Amino acid sequence: MNATKTSVVVTGIGATTPLGGDSASTWEGLVAGRSGVARLQEEWAADLPVQIAARAAVEPGESIPRPQARRLDRSAQFALIAARQAWADAGFTARAGEETSVDPDRLGAVVASGIGGVTTLLDQYDVLREKGVRRVSPHTVPMLMPNGPSANVGLEVNARAGVHTPVSACASGSEAVGYAIEMIRSGRADIVVAGGTEAAIHPLPVAAFANMMAMSKSNDDPQGASRPFDTDRNGFVLGEGAGVIVLESAEHARRRGARVYVEAVGQGISADSHDIVQPEPSGNGIAHALENLISRNDIDPAEIVHINAHATSTPAGDLAELKALRKVFGDDMDHMGISATKSMTGHLLGGAGGVETVATLLALHHRTAPPTINIKNLDPEADGDIVRDTARELPDSGRIAALNNSFGFGGHNVVLAFRTV
Amino acid sequence: MAATQEEIVSGLAEIVNEIAGIPAEDVKLEKSFTDDLDVDSLSMVEVVVAAEEKFGVKIPDDDVKNLKTVGDATDYILKNQD
Repeated sequence: MNATKTSVVVTGIGATTPLGGDSASTWEGLVAGRSGVARLQEEWAADLPVQIAARAAVEPGESIPRPQARRLDRSAQFALIAARQAWADAGFTARAGEETSVDPDRLGAVVASGIGGVTTLLDQYDVLREKGVRRVSPHTVPMLMPNGPSANVGLEVNARAGVHTPVSACASGSEAVGYAIEMIRSGRADIVVAGGTEAAIHPLPVAAFANMMAMSKSNDDPQGASRPFDTDRNGFVLGEGAGVIVLESAEHARRRGARVYVEAVGQGISADSHDIVQPEPSGNGIAHALENLISRNDIDPAEIVHINAHATSTPAGDLAELKALRKVFGDDMDHMGISATKSMTGHLLGGAGGVETVATLLALHHRTAPPTINIKNLDPEADGDIVRDTARELPDSGRIAALNNSFGFGGHNVVLAFRTV
Repeated sequence: MAATQEEIVSGLAEIVNEIAGIPAEDVKLEKSFTDDLDVDSLSMVEVVVAAEEKFGVKIPDDDVKNLKTVGDATDYILKNQD
């Protein structure tokens, strides 16, 4: 604990997800326990072992004009939409510099994707082979580069303090938010737009994940396919979209009279160094991240009442996470309502940390934990207070905190903590 | 059959509209691609490739920098089409 560290708060929230085109509709869907998963209608899906996914509820083309959209990868389109919402939600009506309360030199952007512009890369390779070299789009490189979404968000708001893209597979979005918190704490920025995005619903990534045996093949039951903590869980369901927030030093927010959702307390990070894709089964790697969170930040396990679990609906991962929580929190774990919102949104890979940060913030803001749906038979080894079937009210008074967990292939573990103010 | 000047301008207008979103009726001979029509250097490559296909001409990269206005491009295509 370090009382001299700059406090960081969240002042803006934006999202476009399989449940809705903004954070309000996404939250409604989460609380209602609605699944965003459906059968893929594309012709290519017919040949694949996995034929289900959680498409974004609103096509990005509905809010981005075509001339701009054709030079942005779908992942950058989602990021831009979520960032615009978050920026407006934070009370801004213009870019930094034009908006006099924000100095561009003190504004950063940190938006991550796990895979980058994969659909652009693959589509342009098809163009190269089918139509020839000359027809490859000159926009290909800025569209496929993994820092494209972050750079486009930075351009949108006029961020000059630094634009970053941490890449850690499915932990990327949370790592971005954690990086943003650190940028503000270390004095590099007063305000940072941060989050995660992904758009990887394309036959190649789907085939590749399916061949890893990582995805659910419950094609006949799309809405019931993502079932974290259920005995019969059989892999994740791919989702797409973005979640982006505006983080700000508490002092900066106070000075401009901003509405504050919650405090961003800090992050805990670790690496498994166990296997390139398998989680460390005892949960020790995740436990290390949780221990780092508690020891390096001003947070008391007694005030944590909710956890947005990483829980992707894979047999090994879901249990390792619960083991880690018990190991670190002991009896305190029993007052933490655990929700796996991927049961509704699917798994947005690098976007997951962004969208689930939004879900965690809104859970604190509304003092309601969204449910984990699709648990028919709770895994007897699933230790902890899983919020099942329906949303649950959190304590309606007093200071409460919540965690957002994200882990990624490569053994990356990121835990974020937020707290009511 | 070779395209007339009018057909070329109208074809370029369609291309610019598709790529930059500028209304086709604003695409006129004297308009500069960069200054008037929101066509930056990357999008200019797209305009050139689309024009090559539409009018059956070859516009080498070295010549593209001389095509500042819609009129420049129209003259180039008129001279070089089959």
